[in-house]
Amino acid sequence: MNMKNYVRFEFQSLPENVSFARSCVGAFAAQLDCTLEEIEEIKLVVSEAVSNSIIHGYINKPNEKVVVMATILEDQTMEIMIEDYGQGIADIKKAMEPSFSSDPARMGLGFTFMKSFMDELEVISQPGKGTSVKLKRCFLAKNKEALA
Amino acid sequence: MELELKQVRNTLLVRIRGEMDMVVAEKLRKEIDRKLDTKKVSNLVINLEEVTFIDSSGLGVIIGRFKKISGLNGKMYLVGARPQVHKILMFSGINRLVSMYNNEQDIINI
Repeated sequence: MNMKNYVRFEFQSLPENVSFARSCVGAFAAQLDCTLEEIEEIKLVVSEAVSNSIIHGYINKPNEKVVVMATILEDQTMEIMIEDYGQGIADIKKAMEPSFSSDPARMGLGFTFMKSFMDELEVISQPGKGTSVKLKRCFLAKNKEALA
Repeated sequence: MELELKQVRNTLLVRIRGEMDMVVAEKLRKEIDRKLDTKKVSNLVINLEEVTFIDSSGLGVIIGRFKKISGLNGKMYLVGARPQVHKILMFSGINRLVSMYNNEQDIINI
């Protein structure tokens, strides 16, 4: 499927940039034929993935880099990639289990939200090299009906 | 994020305004726990009427305070979540642990 538009940005691994990242992708998603509620879901999954990069990927180290790329395809599909170059995930299957968190103060629901609110979730990670989270969701009316 | 803490007898009322994500999670946790640690609180009411966004970091603060107040044999109530925030709360299953009300007056009327 042909690409219609994309944005790509990178930022320092600071907590205050989580809001920036989700707002940017949310504003970009407004180009799609989607509802405000769906835009809020997009913002939520971006928030979860970027928070994961900062908290788990970089263990809150502030001078690292997070990259976000969002693409709109001609069939009203949005693809989002969130990438860090941190410590990676040793056991992806375990990390994706609901309520699993290496941090007791968090809910461990990040990947659960990503799976629930997107059509596709792919996590590629290598210990010591980083993690790339790819999310995909189609906003074509017929796909939405099929999911309803 | 703005935070208002008000204690009336043994009830701590927490009004949060803004977004509940990892930026504010630590501040929220510290401010609420400072009050809970006095052990003079047995009811914790968190008013979410003005919360415009919540993710799992924000949910973590809520569930953590629930565990803490439960450990003190107290009770926790959530008030006034907007539809989008309410949806995330329901999704997380917090509603099975914590009583949710439309507004502060509803709790007073219990």
